[in-house]
Amino acid sequence: MEKVKLFATWSSPFVKRIVWALKLKNVEYEIIYEDLANKSPELLKYNPIHKKVPVLVHNEIAICESLVILEYIDETWNDVCPLLPKDPLDKAKERFWAKFGDEQVLPSFFGYVMKQGKDQEESKETTLAHLKRVEQLLSEKKFLSGESFGFLDLAFGWLAENSRPLEVITGLKLLDEDSFPNLCTWKDKFLEIPAIKESWPDQETLIAKYQEIRESKGK
Amino acid sequence: MHQLLNHCLIQISMAKKCEMKLLGSVGSPFVTRVKFALKLKSIDYEYIQEDLANKSELLLTSNPGLQKVPVLFHANKQPMSESLIIIEYLDEILPDVHPILPSNPSDRAQSRFLAYYIDTLYCPWMKEFMLTRESERKEELKRLIIEGSMMLEEAFVKLSKGKAFFGGDEIGFLDIVVGCFLGWIKFFGIIFGFNVIDETRNPRLAQWGKSLWSHEATRSVIPSDEIHMNFFKMLLGFLPPMPDMPIPA
Repeated sequence: MEKVKLFATWSSPFVKRIVWALKLKNVEYEIIYEDLANKSPELLKYNPIHKKVPVLVHNEIAICESLVILEYIDETWNDVCPLLPKDPLDKAKERFWAKFGDEQVLPSFFGYVMKQGKDQEESKETTLAHLKRVEQLLSEKKFLSGESFGFLDLAFGWLAENSRPLEVITGLKLLDEDSFPNLCTWKDKFLEIPAIKESWPDQETLIAKYQEIRESKGK
Repeated sequence: MHQLLNHCLIQISMAKKCEMKLLGSVGSPFVTRVKFALKLKSIDYEYIQEDLANKSELLLTSNPGLQKVPVLFHANKQPMSESLIIIEYLDEILPDVHPILPSNPSDRAQSRFLAYYIDTLYCPWMKEFMLTRESERKEELKRLIIEGSMMLEEAFVKLSKGKAFFGGDEIGFLDIVVGCFLGWIKFFGIIFGFNVIDETRNPRLAQWGKSLWSHEATRSVIPSDEIHMNFFKMLLGFLPPMPDMPIPA
Protein backbone atom coordinates (compact mmCIF):
# COMPACT_ATOMS: atom_id res chain seq x y z
CA MET A 1 0.00 0.00 0.00
CA GLU A 2 1.24 3.49 -0.77
CA LYS A 3 2.45 5.42 2.23
CA VAL A 4 1.18 8.99 2.51
CA LYS A 5 2.11 11.32 5.37
CA LEU A 6 1.07 14.91 5.89
CA PHE A 7 2.99 17.24 8.17
CA ALA A 8 0.50 19.75 9.48
CA THR A 9 -0.71 22.19 12.06
CA TRP A 10 -4.40 22.07 12.78
CA SER A 11 -5.16 25.71 12.02
CA SER A 12 -3.04 26.48 8.93
CA PRO A 13 -5.20 27.41 5.89
CA PHE A 14 -2.46 25.99 3.66
CA VAL A 15 -2.66 22.62 5.41
CA LYS A 16 -6.45 22.60 5.32
CA ARG A 17 -6.64 22.69 1.53
CA ILE A 18 -4.46 19.54 1.42
CA VAL A 19 -6.64 17.76 3.97
CA TRP A 20 -9.70 18.59 1.83
CA ALA A 21 -8.03 17.36 -1.37
CA LEU A 22 -6.92 14.07 0.18
CA LYS A 23 -10.42 13.52 1.57
CA LEU A 24 -12.07 14.27 -1.77
CA LYS A 25 -9.73 11.81 -3.48
CA ASN A 26 -10.33 9.13 -0.79
CA VAL A 27 -6.59 8.91 -0.05
CA GLU A 28 -5.61 7.29 3.22
CA TYR A 29 -2.87 9.16 5.01
CA GLU A 30 -1.17 9.65 8.34
CA ILE A 31 -1.27 13.18 9.76
CA ILE A 32 1.61 14.44 11.89
CA TYR A 33 0.89 17.59 13.88
CA GLU A 34 3.87 19.88 14.28
CA ASP A 35 4.62 22.35 17.03
CA LEU A 36 6.10 25.21 14.97
CA ALA A 37 8.00 26.49 18.00
CA ASN A 38 9.70 23.11 18.25
CA LYS A 39 9.91 21.55 14.77
CA SER A 40 10.51 17.84 14.45
CA PRO A 41 13.73 16.52 12.85
CA GLU A 42 11.52 14.83 10.25
CA LEU A 43 9.94 18.11 9.14
CA LEU A 44 13.37 19.74 8.89
CA LYS A 45 14.60 16.79 6.84
CA TYR A 46 11.65 16.90 4.42
CA ASN A 47 11.46 20.70 4.09
CA PRO A 48 14.95 22.01 4.79
CA ILE A 49 14.48 25.20 2.77
CA HIS A 50 11.32 26.71 4.22
CA LYS A 51 10.86 24.48 7.27
CA LYS A 52 7.09 25.00 6.98
CA VAL A 53 3.88 22.99 6.82
CA PRO A 54 2.23 21.48 4.85
CA VAL A 55 4.63 18.84 3.58
CA LEU A 56 3.25 15.78 1.83
CA VAL A 57 5.45 12.71 1.89
CA HIS A 58 4.45 10.01 -0.59
CA ASN A 59 6.56 6.84 -0.65
CA GLU A 60 9.37 8.79 1.01
CA ILE A 61 9.33 11.61 -1.57
CA ALA A 62 8.60 15.01 0.00
CA ILE A 63 6.47 17.63 -1.77
CA CYS A 64 6.34 21.18 -0.36
CA GLU A 65 4.25 24.30 -1.04
CA SER A 66 0.51 23.79 -0.83
CA LEU A 67 -0.45 24.71 -4.43
CA VAL A 68 2.32 22.43 -5.74
CA ILE A 69 1.04 19.66 -3.45
CA LEU A 70 -2.54 20.15 -4.72
CA GLU A 71 -1.43 19.70 -8.33
CA TYR A 72 0.62 16.64 -7.35
CA ILE A 73 -2.41 15.08 -5.61
CA ASP A 74 -4.58 15.83 -8.65
CA GLU A 75 -2.08 14.25 -11.07
CA THR A 76 -1.29 11.22 -8.91
CA TRP A 77 -4.83 10.27 -7.84
CA ASN A 78 -6.37 11.24 -11.13
CA ASP A 79 -9.22 8.72 -11.24
CA VAL A 80 -11.32 10.40 -8.53
CA CYS A 81 -12.71 13.95 -8.26
CA PRO A 82 -10.55 15.90 -10.75
CA LEU A 83 -9.54 19.27 -9.30
CA LEU A 84 -8.02 21.16 -12.23
CA PRO A 85 -9.86 21.53 -15.56
CA LYS A 86 -8.55 19.82 -18.70
CA ASP A 87 -8.53 22.93 -20.92
CA PRO A 88 -5.08 24.62 -20.80
CA LEU A 89 -6.50 28.15 -20.73
CA ASP A 90 -8.93 27.36 -17.91
CA LYS A 91 -6.08 25.72 -16.03
CA ALA A 92 -3.88 28.78 -16.50
CA LYS A 93 -6.68 31.04 -15.19
CA GLU A 94 -7.14 28.92 -12.06
CA ARG A 95 -3.40 28.85 -11.41
CA PHE A 96 -3.22 32.62 -11.84
CA TRP A 97 -6.09 33.33 -9.44
CA ALA A 98 -4.83 30.80 -6.89
CA LYS A 99 -1.44 32.57 -6.91
CA PHE A 100 -3.15 35.95 -6.64
CA GLY A 101 -5.17 34.61 -3.71
CA ASP A 102 -2.12 33.41 -1.81
CA GLU A 103 0.12 36.39 -2.56
CA GLN A 104 -2.41 39.23 -2.28
CA VAL A 105 -5.83 38.33 -0.90
CA LEU A 106 -4.94 36.02 1.97
CA PRO A 107 -2.17 38.17 3.50
CA SER A 108 -4.22 41.35 3.27
CA PHE A 109 -7.34 39.67 4.68
CA PHE A 110 -5.60 38.13 7.67
CA GLY A 111 -3.52 41.26 8.16
CA TYR A 112 -6.70 43.34 8.23
CA VAL A 113 -8.53 41.20 10.78
CA MET A 114 -5.55 40.67 13.05
CA LYS A 115 -4.72 44.36 13.30
CA GLN A 116 -6.48 46.81 15.54
CA GLY A 117 -7.28 50.51 15.49
CA LYS A 118 -5.61 52.74 12.89
CA ASP A 119 -3.56 49.92 11.31
CA GLN A 120 -6.76 48.04 10.63
CA GLU A 121 -8.44 51.04 8.98
CA GLU A 122 -5.50 51.53 6.66
CA SER A 123 -5.53 47.98 5.31
CA LYS A 124 -9.32 47.93 4.89
CA GLU A 125 -9.39 49.49 1.38
CA THR A 126 -6.85 47.05 -0.06
CA THR A 127 -8.64 44.06 1.39
CA LEU A 128 -12.01 45.18 0.07
CA ALA A 129 -10.55 45.80 -3.41
CA HIS A 130 -9.08 42.29 -3.46
CA LEU A 131 -12.36 40.75 -2.33
CA LYS A 132 -14.21 42.63 -5.09
CA ARG A 133 -11.98 40.95 -7.69
CA VAL A 134 -12.84 37.53 -6.27
CA GLU A 135 -16.54 38.52 -6.19
CA GLN A 136 -16.32 39.28 -9.93
CA LEU A 137 -14.90 35.82 -10.63
CA LEU A 138 -18.16 34.35 -9.36
CA SER A 139 -20.41 36.57 -11.49
CA GLU A 140 -21.57 33.81 -13.83
CA LYS A 141 -20.45 30.74 -11.95
CA LYS A 142 -21.65 28.59 -9.11
CA PHE A 143 -18.16 27.81 -7.88
CA LEU A 144 -14.78 29.46 -8.55
CA SER A 145 -13.86 26.46 -10.71
CA GLY A 146 -17.14 26.58 -12.66
CA GLU A 147 -20.29 24.47 -12.41
CA SER A 148 -18.73 22.20 -9.83
CA PHE A 149 -16.07 22.91 -7.23
CA GLY A 150 -12.38 22.33 -7.92
CA PHE A 151 -8.82 23.56 -7.45
CA LEU A 152 -9.66 27.25 -7.17
CA ASP A 153 -12.38 26.66 -4.59
CA LEU A 154 -9.92 24.69 -2.45
CA ALA A 155 -7.38 27.49 -2.92
CA PHE A 156 -9.88 30.07 -1.63
CA GLY A 157 -11.47 27.72 0.90
CA TRP A 158 -9.69 29.58 3.72
CA LEU A 159 -12.00 32.53 3.02
CA ALA A 160 -15.15 30.42 3.39
CA GLU A 161 -13.90 28.68 6.49
CA ASN A 162 -12.51 31.66 8.38
CA SER A 163 -14.87 34.50 7.61
CA ARG A 164 -17.49 33.70 10.26
CA PRO A 165 -15.01 32.94 13.11
CA LEU A 166 -13.21 36.19 12.37
CA GLU A 167 -16.49 38.14 12.28
CA VAL A 168 -17.30 36.78 15.72
CA ILE A 169 -14.02 37.86 17.28
CA THR A 170 -13.68 41.25 15.56
CA GLY A 171 -17.35 42.20 15.53
CA LEU A 172 -16.86 43.31 11.91
CA LYS A 173 -19.10 41.99 9.14
CA LEU A 174 -16.41 41.22 6.60
CA LEU A 175 -18.35 39.43 3.88
CA ASP A 176 -21.62 41.31 3.97
CA GLU A 177 -24.40 40.11 1.67
CA ASP A 178 -24.96 43.51 0.06
CA SER A 179 -21.36 44.10 -1.04
CA PHE A 180 -20.44 40.47 -1.72
CA PRO A 181 -23.59 38.52 -2.64
CA ASN A 182 -21.73 36.00 -4.86
CA LEU A 183 -19.05 35.32 -2.27
CA CYS A 184 -21.62 34.82 0.47
CA THR A 185 -23.56 32.30 -1.64
CA TRP A 186 -20.34 30.54 -2.64
CA LYS A 187 -19.16 30.40 0.97
CA ASP A 188 -22.32 28.61 2.12
CA LYS A 189 -22.22 26.14 -0.80
CA PHE A 190 -18.54 25.41 -0.21
CA LEU A 191 -19.02 24.71 3.49
CA GLU A 192 -21.83 22.25 2.66
CA ILE A 193 -19.57 20.01 0.56
CA PRO A 194 -19.35 16.84 2.71
CA ALA A 195 -15.55 16.53 2.67
CA ILE A 196 -15.27 20.16 3.80
CA LYS A 197 -18.09 19.98 6.35
CA GLU A 198 -16.61 16.91 8.02
CA SER A 199 -13.10 18.31 8.39
CA TRP A 200 -11.85 19.35 11.78
CA PRO A 201 -11.37 21.84 13.41
CA ASP A 202 -14.87 23.13 13.85
CA GLN A 203 -15.84 26.78 13.85
CA GLU A 204 -15.91 27.13 17.68
CA THR A 205 -12.34 25.87 18.04
CA LEU A 206 -11.20 28.25 15.29
CA ILE A 207 -12.85 31.18 17.06
CA ALA A 208 -11.01 30.41 20.30
CA LYS A 209 -7.65 30.08 18.51
CA TYR A 210 -7.96 33.38 16.66
CA GLN A 211 -9.02 35.19 19.81
CA GLU A 212 -5.85 33.94 21.47
CA ILE A 213 -3.63 35.15 18.60
CA ARG A 214 -5.32 38.55 18.40
CA GLU A 215 -4.91 39.15 22.11
CA SER A 216 -1.24 38.21 22.09
CA LYS A 217 -0.57 40.61 19.17
CA GLY A 218 -2.45 43.43 20.91
CA LYS A 219 -0.09 43.35 23.90
CA MET B 1 5.88 5.80 -33.75
CA HIS B 2 4.37 6.89 -37.08
CA GLN B 3 1.32 8.20 -35.23
CA LEU B 4 3.48 10.20 -32.83
CA LEU B 5 5.45 11.74 -35.71
CA ASN B 6 2.20 12.75 -37.39
CA HIS B 7 0.96 14.22 -34.15
CA CYS B 8 4.17 16.26 -33.83
CA LEU B 9 3.98 17.52 -37.39
CA ILE B 10 0.38 18.60 -36.93
CA GLN B 11 1.29 20.41 -33.74
CA ILE B 12 4.30 22.12 -35.33
CA SER B 13 2.12 23.41 -38.15
CA MET B 14 -0.37 24.63 -35.51
CA ALA B 15 2.51 26.32 -33.74
CA LYS B 16 3.39 28.25 -36.86
CA LYS B 17 -0.15 29.60 -37.16
CA CYS B 18 -0.56 30.29 -33.49
CA GLU B 19 -1.37 34.02 -33.63
CA MET B 20 0.79 34.58 -30.61
CA LYS B 21 1.99 37.92 -29.27
CA LEU B 22 4.36 38.56 -26.40
CA LEU B 23 4.56 41.82 -24.51
CA GLY B 24 7.97 42.19 -22.90
CA SER B 25 10.69 44.55 -21.76
CA VAL B 26 14.43 44.74 -22.38
CA GLY B 27 16.54 42.44 -20.25
CA SER B 28 13.74 40.96 -18.10
CA PRO B 29 14.67 37.35 -17.24
CA PHE B 30 10.96 36.53 -16.89
CA VAL B 31 10.33 37.63 -20.49
CA THR B 32 13.41 35.64 -21.56
CA ARG B 33 11.81 32.55 -20.01
CA VAL B 34 8.73 32.87 -22.20
CA LYS B 35 10.83 33.57 -25.32
CA PHE B 36 12.78 30.42 -24.52
CA ALA B 37 9.62 28.33 -24.26
CA LEU B 38 8.20 29.80 -27.49
CA LYS B 39 11.49 29.00 -29.26
CA LEU B 40 11.55 25.39 -28.02
CA LYS B 41 7.94 24.90 -29.09
CA SER B 42 8.69 26.41 -32.54
CA ILE B 43 5.91 28.96 -32.06
CA ASP B 44 6.05 32.04 -34.27
CA TYR B 45 5.04 35.18 -32.44
CA GLU B 46 5.02 38.94 -32.61
CA TYR B 47 7.14 40.63 -29.94
CA ILE B 48 5.90 43.95 -28.56
CA GLN B 49 8.39 46.05 -26.62
CA GLU B 50 7.06 47.66 -23.45
CA ASP B 51 8.65 50.67 -21.74
CA LEU B 52 8.04 50.02 -18.05
CA ALA B 53 8.87 53.65 -17.21
CA ASN B 54 5.96 54.72 -19.40
CA LYS B 55 3.38 51.92 -19.31
CA SER B 56 1.26 51.41 -22.41
CA GLU B 57 -2.52 51.14 -22.64
CA LEU B 58 -2.00 47.55 -23.77
CA LEU B 59 -0.17 46.61 -20.58
CA LEU B 60 -2.56 48.47 -18.30
CA THR B 61 -5.61 46.79 -19.82
CA SER B 62 -4.16 43.28 -20.21
CA ASN B 63 -2.53 43.07 -16.77
CA PRO B 64 -4.33 45.70 -14.70
CA GLY B 65 -3.62 44.19 -11.29
CA LEU B 66 0.14 43.77 -11.41
CA GLN B 67 1.06 45.81 -14.52
CA LYS B 68 4.04 43.54 -15.20
CA VAL B 69 5.57 41.76 -18.16
CA PRO B 70 5.57 39.21 -19.68
CA VAL B 71 2.00 39.12 -21.01
CA LEU B 72 1.05 36.52 -23.61
CA PHE B 73 -1.76 37.08 -26.10
CA HIS B 74 -2.97 33.94 -27.87
CA ALA B 75 -5.47 34.65 -30.67
CA ASN B 76 -8.64 36.08 -29.09
CA LYS B 77 -8.19 34.43 -25.74
CA GLN B 78 -7.83 36.26 -22.47
CA PRO B 79 -4.28 37.67 -22.00
CA MET B 80 -2.05 35.65 -19.70
CA SER B 81 0.59 36.85 -17.26
CA GLU B 82 3.10 35.20 -14.87
CA SER B 83 5.99 33.51 -16.66
CA LEU B 84 5.66 30.11 -14.98
CA ILE B 85 1.95 29.91 -15.74
CA ILE B 86 2.57 30.94 -19.36
CA ILE B 87 5.25 28.24 -19.80
CA GLU B 88 2.91 25.53 -18.49
CA TYR B 89 0.17 26.78 -20.83
CA LEU B 90 2.48 26.60 -23.85
CA ASP B 91 3.55 23.11 -22.79
CA GLU B 92 -0.05 21.96 -22.56
CA ILE B 93 -1.27 23.35 -25.91
CA LEU B 94 1.59 21.61 -27.76
CA PRO B 95 2.42 18.61 -25.56
CA ASP B 96 4.24 16.60 -28.25
CA VAL B 97 6.58 19.36 -29.44
CA HIS B 98 9.65 19.47 -27.17
CA PRO B 99 7.90 18.67 -23.86
CA ILE B 100 9.07 21.13 -21.20
CA LEU B 101 7.70 19.85 -17.86
CA PRO B 102 8.91 16.38 -16.79
CA SER B 103 6.41 13.59 -17.39
CA ASN B 104 6.11 12.05 -13.93
CA PRO B 105 4.11 13.84 -11.19
CA SER B 106 6.87 13.65 -8.59
CA ASP B 107 9.50 15.29 -10.85
CA ARG B 108 6.92 17.85 -11.93
CA ALA B 109 6.23 18.72 -8.30
CA GLN B 110 9.96 19.04 -7.52
CA SER B 111 10.42 21.28 -10.57
CA ARG B 112 7.46 23.50 -9.66
CA PHE B 113 8.66 23.78 -6.08
CA LEU B 114 12.16 24.81 -7.17
CA ALA B 115 10.70 27.35 -9.60
CA TYR B 116 8.68 28.81 -6.71
CA TYR B 117 11.87 28.94 -4.62
CA ILE B 118 13.76 30.72 -7.41
CA ASP B 119 11.04 33.35 -7.82
CA THR B 120 10.23 33.97 -4.16
CA LEU B 121 13.69 33.73 -2.55
CA TYR B 122 16.74 33.16 -4.76
CA CYS B 123 16.03 35.84 -7.37
CA PRO B 124 14.86 38.49 -4.81
CA TRP B 125 18.08 37.81 -2.82
CA MET B 126 20.15 38.53 -5.93
CA LYS B 127 18.22 41.73 -6.59
CA GLU B 128 18.54 42.87 -2.99
CA PHE B 129 22.25 42.10 -3.02
CA MET B 130 22.67 44.40 -6.02
CA LEU B 131 20.80 47.24 -4.36
CA THR B 132 21.59 47.11 -0.65
CA ARG B 133 24.24 49.40 0.85
CA GLU B 134 24.43 47.72 4.25
CA SER B 135 27.51 45.50 4.29
CA GLU B 136 26.13 43.22 7.02
CA ARG B 137 23.00 42.52 4.98
CA LYS B 138 25.16 42.02 1.87
CA GLU B 139 27.16 39.35 3.70
CA GLU B 140 23.97 37.67 4.90
CA LEU B 141 22.55 37.67 1.35
CA LYS B 142 25.80 36.29 -0.02
CA ARG B 143 25.57 33.41 2.45
CA LEU B 144 21.93 32.74 1.51
CA ILE B 145 22.69 32.82 -2.23
CA ILE B 146 25.65 30.44 -1.80
CA GLU B 147 23.46 28.04 0.20
CA GLY B 148 20.81 28.33 -2.51
CA SER B 149 23.32 27.47 -5.21
CA MET B 150 24.43 24.39 -3.23
CA MET B 151 20.79 23.32 -3.01
CA LEU B 152 20.36 23.84 -6.77
CA GLU B 153 23.50 21.79 -7.36
CA GLU B 154 21.93 18.88 -5.42
CA ALA B 155 18.66 19.29 -7.28
CA PHE B 156 20.49 19.29 -10.60
CA VAL B 157 22.35 16.07 -9.79
CA LYS B 158 19.05 14.43 -8.84
CA LEU B 159 16.87 15.65 -11.70
CA SER B 160 19.38 15.51 -14.58
CA LYS B 161 20.12 11.83 -13.87
CA GLY B 162 23.63 12.23 -15.26
CA LYS B 163 22.62 14.15 -18.38
CA ALA B 164 23.49 17.69 -19.49
CA PHE B 165 20.30 19.50 -18.45
CA PHE B 166 17.75 19.59 -15.64
CA GLY B 167 15.41 18.20 -18.30
CA GLY B 168 17.84 15.35 -19.13
CA ASP B 169 19.07 15.19 -22.73
CA GLU B 170 16.89 18.12 -23.69
CA ILE B 171 16.31 21.56 -22.21
CA GLY B 172 13.39 21.43 -19.77
CA PHE B 173 11.40 23.56 -17.34
CA LEU B 174 14.10 24.25 -14.74
CA ASP B 175 16.71 24.87 -17.43
CA ILE B 176 14.51 27.74 -18.62
CA VAL B 177 13.47 28.91 -15.14
CA VAL B 178 17.04 29.08 -13.79
CA GLY B 179 18.83 29.58 -17.11
CA CYS B 180 17.14 32.93 -17.78
CA PHE B 181 19.34 34.35 -14.98
CA LEU B 182 22.63 33.21 -16.52
CA GLY B 183 23.28 36.72 -17.84
CA TRP B 184 22.74 38.27 -14.38
CA ILE B 185 24.93 35.57 -12.84
CA LYS B 186 27.74 36.26 -15.29
CA PHE B 187 27.67 39.97 -14.51
CA PHE B 188 27.47 39.36 -10.79
CA GLY B 189 30.87 37.78 -11.15
CA ILE B 190 32.26 40.67 -13.18
CA ILE B 191 30.83 43.57 -11.19
CA PHE B 192 30.63 42.24 -7.64
CA GLY B 193 33.44 39.69 -7.78
CA PHE B 194 31.02 37.09 -6.43
CA ASN B 195 30.41 33.84 -8.27
CA VAL B 196 26.81 32.84 -7.66
CA ILE B 197 27.57 29.59 -9.47
CA ASP B 198 31.12 28.60 -8.64
CA GLU B 199 33.22 25.90 -10.34
CA THR B 200 34.53 24.56 -7.02
CA ARG B 201 31.36 24.77 -4.92
CA ASN B 202 28.92 23.88 -7.70
CA PRO B 203 30.84 21.90 -10.36
CA ARG B 204 27.83 20.23 -11.99
CA LEU B 205 25.84 23.47 -12.09
CA ALA B 206 28.84 25.31 -13.55
CA GLN B 207 29.07 22.70 -16.31
CA TRP B 208 25.33 22.98 -16.86
CA GLY B 209 25.67 26.76 -17.20
CA LYS B 210 28.28 26.31 -19.94
CA SER B 211 26.18 23.70 -21.80
CA LEU B 212 23.08 25.86 -21.66
CA TRP B 213 24.88 29.09 -22.54
CA SER B 214 26.34 27.57 -25.69
CA HIS B 215 23.10 25.92 -26.83
CA GLU B 216 21.66 27.30 -30.04
CA ALA B 217 18.21 27.94 -28.49
CA THR B 218 19.73 29.94 -25.65
CA ARG B 219 21.84 32.17 -27.89
CA SER B 220 18.73 33.29 -29.70
CA VAL B 221 16.82 34.36 -26.56
CA ILE B 222 19.27 35.53 -23.90
CA PRO B 223 19.84 39.30 -24.17
CA SER B 224 23.27 40.39 -25.37
CA ASP B 225 26.18 41.22 -23.08
CA GLU B 226 25.67 44.86 -23.99
CA ILE B 227 22.06 44.83 -22.77
CA HIS B 228 23.07 43.20 -19.51
CA MET B 229 25.93 45.64 -18.98
CA ASN B 230 23.64 48.61 -19.64
CA PHE B 231 21.06 47.20 -17.25
CA PHE B 232 23.62 46.84 -14.45
CA LYS B 233 25.14 50.24 -15.11
CA MET B 234 21.70 51.77 -14.92
CA LEU B 235 21.01 50.04 -11.60
CA LEU B 236 24.37 50.98 -10.17
CA GLY B 237 24.00 54.53 -11.48
CA PHE B 238 21.29 55.07 -8.92
CA LEU B 239 23.59 54.16 -6.04
CA PRO B 240 26.58 55.94 -4.49
CA PRO B 241 29.74 53.89 -5.20
CA MET B 242 31.15 51.65 -2.49
CA PRO B 243 34.90 51.98 -1.97
CA ASP B 244 35.67 48.32 -2.69
CA MET B 245 33.48 47.93 -5.78
CA PRO B 246 34.98 48.10 -9.27
CA ILE B 247 33.31 50.70 -11.48
CA PRO B 248 32.25 49.08 -14.77
CA ALA B 249 34.13 50.47 -17.72
